[in-house]
This record gives sequence, structure tokens and C-alpha cells, in this order.
Amino acid sequence: MRTLYQFNGGIHPPENKEPSTQSGIARAPLPSKLVIPFRQHAGAAAKPMVRAGDRVLKGQLIGMPDGFISSAVHASTSGTIAAIGAQPIAHPSGLPDLCATLIPDGREEWITHAAPSTSLRTGFDYRNSDPAELRQQLRMSGVVGLGGAVFPGDIKLRPGNRKIDTLILNGAECEPYITCDDMLMRERATEIVQGAAMLRFMLEAGEVLIGIEDNKPQAIAAMRQAVTESGLPFEVVVVPTIYPGGSAKQLIRVLTGLEVPSGKLPTDIGVQCFNVATAYSAYRALAHGEPVLSRIITITGNVRRAQNFEVLLGTPVRDLAALGEALPDTDRYLMGGPMMGLPLASTDIPLVKASNCIIAASDKLFPPAPPALPCIRCMRCAEVCPADLQPMDLFWFSQSKEFDKAQRFSLFDCIECGACSYVCPSHIPLVQYFQFAKSEIRAREQDQQAADHARERHEFREYRFEREKQEKAEKLAAREQAAKQAPAPSANPADAMQQKIQAAIARAREQAAASQPKNTENLTAQQRAEIAEIEARRAHIHELAKSAGEHKKE
Amino acid sequence: MSALFSPFISKPDTVSRIMLRVLLALLPGIALYVWHFGPAILVSIALASLTALGTEALMLKLRNRPVMHFIGDNSALLTGWLLALSIPPLAPWWLVVVGTAFAIAIAKHLYGGLGNNPFNPAMIGYAVLIISFPAQMTHWLTPHGLGPIELGFLEQLKYIFLGALPPNVTLDAVTMATPLDTLKTRLHLDESVGQIFEMPIYGRLAGQGSEMVSLGFLLGGLYLLAARIITWHIPAAFLGTLFTAAGIFHLADPTHYAAPLFHWFSGAAMLGAFFILTDPVTGPTTNKGKLIFAAGAGLLTYLIRAFGSFPDGMAFATLLMNICVPLIVLYTQPPVFGKKEKRP
Repeated sequence: MRTLYQFNGGIHPPENKEPSTQSGIARAPLPSKLVIPFRQHAGAAAKPMVRAGDRVLKGQLIGMPDGFISSAVHASTSGTIAAIGAQPIAHPSGLPDLCATLIPDGREEWITHAAPSTSLRTGFDYRNSDPAELRQQLRMSGVVGLGGAVFPGDIKLRPGNRKIDTLILNGAECEPYITCDDMLMRERATEIVQGAAMLRFMLEAGEVLIGIEDNKPQAIAAMRQAVTESGLPFEVVVVPTIYPGGSAKQLIRVLTGLEVPSGKLPTDIGVQCFNVATAYSAYRALAHGEPVLSRIITITGNVRRAQNFEVLLGTPVRDLAALGEALPDTDRYLMGGPMMGLPLASTDIPLVKASNCIIAASDKLFPPAPPALPCIRCMRCAEVCPADLQPMDLFWFSQSKEFDKAQRFSLFDCIECGACSYVCPSHIPLVQYFQFAKSEIRAREQDQQAADHARERHEFREYRFEREKQEKAEKLAAREQAAKQAPAPSANPADAMQQKIQAAIARAREQAAASQPKNTENLTAQQRAEIAEIEARRAHIHELAKSAGEHKKE
Repeated sequence: MSALFSPFISKPDTVSRIMLRVLLALLPGIALYVWHFGPAILVSIALASLTALGTEALMLKLRNRPVMHFIGDNSALLTGWLLALSIPPLAPWWLVVVGTAFAIAIAKHLYGGLGNNPFNPAMIGYAVLIISFPAQMTHWLTPHGLGPIELGFLEQLKYIFLGALPPNVTLDAVTMATPLDTLKTRLHLDESVGQIFEMPIYGRLAGQGSEMVSLGFLLGGLYLLAARIITWHIPAAFLGTLFTAAGIFHLADPTHYAAPLFHWFSGAAMLGAFFILTDPVTGPTTNKGKLIFAAGAGLLTYLIRAFGSFPDGMAFATLLMNICVPLIVLYTQPPVFGKKEKRP
């Protein structure tokens, strides 16, 4: 038995995972329209490679990775690009982002991998490949972290300055309602294990630990069997069910006893962590040359048929909600779980690589919290905080806008898991206060940078003026020097002035002669009458507009 | 309105329910109080409750706060009950009213109301009363079977509200000094602890009757621990320090210093350990801080009891330690995940 460690805090909210695990993963039917965002990953948006009207094939690259931290975006099926433009997406800001609208032709016609334009290869024998080439294939396949952070996989696989001792596959899935990883592990364990082997090869990692919470016995059994069959020295480790035990830093702590230092990455302590679905998609990309075109998404909550579906990326939420047969009193949808999920502004919003779960919500399912009371400093929030913070103090500082204090009390170590809000007997939306404080601090830092920049520019400008003044003075001095040495030209200044005046007068005359008479001169009587009529009408409209404006003001 | 942000689920716990359970936890102690001293304490509790709710409503109104939103949080009720349990049941009616009104209006609302008061309101109320009305604060009832005469409930009510005693009954006949007070006075008369404890007002551990009430509060306190409303830190550190301090002096000079268990079950020690010092608003928010805070209170309580001019020290110890809370909290911040070094 492996020794497991603990992190402080954590909560045990009702799991509600049973409804969506009653039947296996089903394939969602082809939607009538796909909206594919060019930014489905952390980092820079992919650069559009297609134009409206283009016909695309399934798997065709439509967004080229743009920048170091970026990833590729593909056509999820064959069809026609109807538009490239800003569309509403799932983002806390509610702002739209650049998307390709794809009308499927229903033929599901794949790209040919042999074609050089696809830049994807099939059937990598990864053991005999250059890791850099494998990483490039992952980048071009759009493989990103499917646990929710959607960080480009190729970046996480780059060799660092420290050897990776432990590769962790995260199959904890700690948040209530979500079961997509559970079902994936039950049904596609072999592919996940193969993917893990590929990730391990690229990382040159030592041991591989697959962490799964003990509320998923079937997934554990399936993964154990797959590991045994593969003959690989991986270990499936059963970890206690606790929220947020699936958060990377917390899972690393449980499995290895190591704490990722504040502000550092897991690789700094020799650990790298991937979601099981990421390992699966890495396998598909490397073994089959298949870019990430779909993912498993749970539809659950206030629905008649909670289930997991393999959904094409870009499918509108509405289509998935229809598959789950959302109940009539559903009044909103959440993307993600009930602890950290995002309420969606509309069901037009497309499902993307970060979408693991859609919860149909109603007031009955998630009763609105009672109005907040003052904090009574009961410490329940501190007891459950997995980052060992003192949320009641951070709340106090955020509320009173003492941001420097909030920062000193490690505000930025908050992982926004919501455990504190969950237990707060005063029902204070603590996480929102922390998000507010963080964004305020970031904005201030940006302002500070802008101010510093402006000050530098101003100082340089002053310096430049000073320098120019000095240069001018020097030049003048030099010219005076020269003037003194060479005698002045013997021209009469008054004559020169007179000549200039004469020339100007001549130019003015020429211009007057060249100009044509206006076409409003020499009008007939009828034309004049028409003009008068138009002017009167215009005056009348002007009056009306004026009075309407005044009316509005009243 | 439906929630616009995560988390969308929450534990069905409220401030009001927490306070209610603390009130419930006081019931065993109150029941034993009634059993040993008669129902006069219930009158005090009723008076304190009415005054607390009335003052709370008035202050909320004056502060333009939604009265109905706050009045149900049960916090004012708890303040009233704790104060009522700290003062003599046979005190005139206005004593508990003045004390409770001061606690709620001045100690709580003038500092910003629920969650913002730096001092324990009930203990402020107690301090005001013991300084302003020391005579009335000594009317402690004699437990059943000890006094020459016992007042009936109606006679008690008559005294509380009208100040009238039955003919031929003096106040001294129905009241007495507390066991702690008696100990202190008699020690000054050069009697030994052993001699003093032979008096009939002393029972097995401490005062006859009052030791049972303390036991009741201990029971209620254990319930609070089991229900995870309080943690072990404050009761353990307070009772531990009180025990240790009393134990050292007792071992050194048993004729002048009472045994540690006497201190545990006398006065407000048990009430303080589980119900007063554990007030989250006025206590520290770190576990280490709680230990320091409660240990300080335990030591101060013992020092006031043994060497101070007041028979019990719970209230002043609490208030003095309340002052230290911000400093204690600042220097006892636990290390953050991934940060080995301590915070500011």
C-alpha cells in the first residue's frame, strides 16, 4: 500500500454523480450548426486559416497556433464555413470571441493524412520518435488540458531544468455532478494508459501514478485492468473522496506528500500532472493522427436523461440540453460543476475543450442562498480552505479594499474552489470578493505599469527637448561663428520683400480667373421656387426634431 | 433571485441555527440552576431576552438596518442569556435590563453590530453592572436546603419587581455570598482553606448547587464540541491554564489556595470556557491564537480570583484578552499551502 498524504480542509458536498453514470457514453448526433471558437485553450487565440464560404473537411486545421502558448483549432466535421466573427462564448466576462461558424454537410468527410497541408501524421511509433516532433504533433492536434485549465499540452511536456520523477494522471474528478472522466476511464481505459505511456516518454518521467477518488470503483477496476494488460509499471492509486481533491496541487500533495511552492509549477518539484482525458486525446493524436474534435461532456441536473455524450466541439449547449431532455422548469445552464461552474448567458454558447459538464439548473435544484449576514468570524471557511488561507481575513480586506493587506495575506494563493462560500453560515459570496480583489489588484498593477511607462516617456521627452535645445544653441553658435568669418551677401532686403508681394498678388489673380462660377448662380425661377420649398420643409423637420428632443428631455 | 456565481450549492447552516444550538446547549445548566436555586433565574432570562430583542430592534432601526433580516439571528438572545446567567437571579429587575440594554446598544451596535464588536457584549454588560451596582450584584440565592428560609416563586417575583420581602424576612436570610466570595473573605480573616470548606455552602467540588450548575454547562459545552460549533482549543487551554495555575499555588500552599477542581466548578469558569470565550466574533481566528487567548484568560481569571479585588475574574479576563485578539491573530497566522515561511 502506498502511503497517502492529506491536505488541510476540503468539504464533502452531496456528490450527485449516480444519475449520469447509469448508461454509457453516447455519441451526440451531428448538430445543424457548429460554432468553433479560435481560443479554446489558455494562451493566444489560434489564427484563422479559413474564410467564410470555404469548404472544410473533418479534422482540417482552421486555426493555426499563434505564439508560444497557443494551440490548433480544427473543423469538427466536414461542411462549409458560414462566417468568421465574434460570437458569444462561455467566459466570465460575457464578452464574445472570434469563432468560425461551420454548417455541417452531414458527410463527415475526413482529411487525408498523407496530404502535406494537414501537417498531421498517423501511427507514430512514439518510442522511436523525437519528443520534439511528438510535441509538435500534439500542438497541431490541439491537445490541451481537458481537466478545465485547457493549457496547451506540448508546453507542459517540454523538458525543464529538473527531471520529472512523477507523472500524475488526474482521474480524481472531485466536483459534484461531473462524471465525464469517470465514464471515460470505465470505457476507454486502454487508450488512457497508452496515452500516459506517451506522455511519460516525452517527459522522461519516472513513476506514473493514476489518482482516482474512491467513489469510482468501476473506473478504478477498469484502469487497474488496463494497466495490468499493458504490462506498464503504472500504479492506480485510490484517493479519498474530498472536494477539491482533484485540484492539481492538492492531488500532488495527497499522492506524493509534496507541496507545490506558492507561485511555482509542479515541474519545479519534479511532478507533472495531466487529466485522464488529456492522456486519451494525446493517444488519439499520436497513434491515429486524430486532432481533438470532440470531448466527453456530462449533461445532468434538472434533466430527464442524465448521461455522458461524446460531443463535437462547437456544438451549441442547446443541442446537448435537448439530448438530456431538460425539464420545463429549467431556467439556466451551468458549464462545469456546482462549485466552480459558470452560468451561461444563452444556450447558443458552444461547447468547447474546457466544457466537462452542463448542468440544467432551476431554483428547486439550486435554491438561492439567503441574503448574506455579517461575518461572525466562525472560522469554518479557514477550516475547509485547501490552501490554508484565512478567508475571513481576506474577505475583510477585500470588502474594505485593503488590497495590499489582502495580497500580503496570500490572496493569490486562493484557488477559488468555493469551499469557503459553501460552508459560510452567513452566506457571504466569499469567492466573488476574492475574484473582485484579484482583478482590482491586477488592474492597479497594469495602471501602475502604464503610469511608469508614461513617466519614462515623459522623462525621455524632456531629455530630448533639452538635448535639441542644446544642439540648436550649438548650431546657432557655430553659424554665428561662421557669419562672423564670412562677409554678408550685398542684397537689399527691401527689394526682396517687394518682389515677394508682387508674386503673391499675381498668384491670387490667377486663381480667381481659374475658378468656375457656382452652379447655384444663374438659376431659373422654377429652380428657385423648388429650393425655397425644400428649405421650408427642412426647417419644419428641424422644428419637429427640436420639439421631440425637448419632449424627451422632459 | 437565482445565484449568478458559483458555488451554487451551500451547506444548510445559518448563523441563526448556530446561535440557536448554543442556546440549547445552555439548557442543562439552566435546568440544574432551577433545580438547585429555584425558578428566579428563568425570570432573569426572560427579562434579558425581552430587553435584548427590544434593544436589538431599536438599534437596528436607528442604524437603518433591515430589522427583520437581523433580528432572527439569535445573537442578541444569546448575549441576554449569558448576561442573565452571570448575575444574581434575585437582583432587582432593572439590573438585568440595564445590563442587557448596555450590552446590546453600546457594546454591540455602537461598534457596528453583529460581527464587528471587539468586546464580548455580555461581559461588558457584566462589567458595567459590577462596577456601577456592586451591592445589587451580591444577591446570590442560597441553594435549596441551606438557608433558614426559602422564598416561594411569587415572593421572589415580588422582590425582583417591587423590592418587597415578606414580613420578618431579611435579604441576608435568603441570599448569600458566592463560594468564591466566601473563600476570599474568610481567607482574609486568616482561616485556612480546609476550615472554610467545612462550611455547609461547600459541596464535593465547589459550592453546593453551583457546582452542579457548572457541571450542566460542562455538559452543554461537550455538546457544542460534538456538534463542531466550537473547537477544543479554547476550553482546553482555558481550563488547562486555570487548573495548572491553581494547582501550582495549591501544591505550594494548600491552606491558602483552593484546589484546581474548586476553581473549575466555581463561578463562571465552565460557562466562560465553553460559552463566553468561544464567542467567535470577539475571539481569535487561528487555532494557535485561540490557545494563547484562552490560556491568557485562564491565567488572568486565576490571578483575579486569588489576588484581585473581585471574587471572580471571568469577565475582566475575557475583556482584557479581547483587547489582545488582533495582535494574537496577526502573530499566529498559519503557514499557507506551498509557503513554508510564516506570513506577516
